[in-house]
Amino acid sequence: MAVPRYWREIPARYNLIGNKCTVCGNIYFPPRAICPICRRKSFGKMVDYKLKGTGVVESYTIIHVPPPHFEGEEPYIMALIKLDEGPYITAQIVDCDEKDVHIGMRVKATFRRIMDDGEKGAIYYGYKFIKE
Amino acid sequence: MRDVAVIGIGMTKFGELWERSFRELVAEAGIEAIIDAGIEGKDIDAMYIGGMSSGGFVQQEHVAPLAIEVAGLEDFHIPSTRVEGACASGGMAVHQGYIAVASGIHDIVLVGGAEKMTDVVGTEATNVLASAADREWEAFFGMTFPGLYALMARYHMHKYGTTPEQLASVAVKNHYNGSMNPKAQFNRRISIEDVLASPMVADPLHLLDCSPITDGAAAAILAPVEIAKKYTDKIVKIIASTQASDTISLHSRKRFDALPAAIHAAKNAYKQAGIEPKDIDLAEVHDCFTIAEIMAIEDLGFFERGKGGKATEEGLTSLNGEIPINTSGGLKSKGHPVGATGVAQINEIVSQLRGEAKERQVKDAEIGLTHNVGGSGGTAVVHILEVV
Ligand SMILES: [Zn+2]
Repeated sequence: MAVPRYWREIPARYNLIGNKCTVCGNIYFPPRAICPICRRKSFGKMVDYKLKGTGVVESYTIIHVPPPHFEGEEPYIMALIKLDEGPYITAQIVDCDEKDVHIGMRVKATFRRIMDDGEKGAIYYGYKFIKE
Repeated sequence: MRDVAVIGIGMTKFGELWERSFRELVAEAGIEAIIDAGIEGKDIDAMYIGGMSSGGFVQQEHVAPLAIEVAGLEDFHIPSTRVEGACASGGMAVHQGYIAVASGIHDIVLVGGAEKMTDVVGTEATNVLASAADREWEAFFGMTFPGLYALMARYHMHKYGTTPEQLASVAVKNHYNGSMNPKAQFNRRISIEDVLASPMVADPLHLLDCSPITDGAAAAILAPVEIAKKYTDKIVKIIASTQASDTISLHSRKRFDALPAAIHAAKNAYKQAGIEPKDIDLAEVHDCFTIAEIMAIEDLGFFERGKGGKATEEGLTSLNGEIPINTSGGLKSKGHPVGATGVAQINEIVSQLRGEAKERQVKDAEIGLTHNVGGSGGTAVVHILEVV
């Protein structure tokens, strides 16, 4: 896959930058072009919003059959995390024993390598979560 | 709006069909449906073909005219349209065919679906299927398709006390039903212990909680009821055809213990048909994973929220139960060639309503429902059929 495609998302992936609808105040991650509550009124009125990166595990799974770029890393924990500002996020939980992860666990974001693209020689970075 | 009937059905055997090509599968399902309907190819006014990723699986896009060519119908120059909605592509093709016939635009329409998934090797099928999820915000971070349903499974278990044994009982039932379906990928019966002892794919989902990678194609012929009467006395009418959408990513949904799109499609389908969940005699639901069937029977209103696991464990959804679910074997045992699945569901309900399901026949079946889901719930399609 072409590298530029992943550059576009770098601000959100590196710094957990979502956005906020200045009409209703709702916060979104990943950033949305239009607020689903305010719709046309929100167009052009969405502003970047830096998330603290803290939240709680709402659900989790342990991946034993990984996609191609993650081969050799299994088993690893993937979680559905409710960020303290409201939005939910899908992310890996690292530095945590799979027996310790549980629903309700407090977690915080950390900056890590996500995957290597062997063909293109690119390394992609982004957020993973660790125990708070 | 005209009343629409299904006048013909056809499908290939589902399975790992290494010796057969995408084209052969499409041809076989289509011809079987045409013969079953008692029409000729030249009677067809339009085609809608469901397919998720022929590009990803066999590096062939533009499969709608390919289906015309395969059928030898090119000289008629009829329109043929591919419909894509991940695993709901087949159901969406039926929905599009329904709209075309109901509106009066076309009279006789062939709806079909096909997927040839075993031509790719290793984890590539997992990768293609992951494109039904949000590539940028789910798959990029290492999430898989079974992983998304595993998140819903864990959530459901935590909230309602659904157990791994209850999840397994879905697979056990569907394999039992599939053992009587000669077109199913697996005819092997399994036990709860087999499911729980199978390797983990995405905890808490074991290998036997997951539907397989499958090759196969299915087709159906739709016609206005008035025209259908010329071809058959046993008319199976489509009394509801609905489709609904939601976010493609799971994390952006309003809830994780249900598929809101499926709830919405079902509600509209019951309204269109003027019936209630209790009026349904049997249903084919989208059991891509065991948890998906449990959520489906709750989303469709057959059981109270959180009670789907218990109902399955108690046999209420088995062949002789209160409401038989997935008499074909479902995606789990019959197989899940993603684009074909929604049309294969129609095949099963039509054969049940005609009383032609042999060993799997549900007694006095008059009204049947199909529930077809794309991705982790971004698309849902519901059809209700009645024999008149
Ligand atoms: Zn807003």
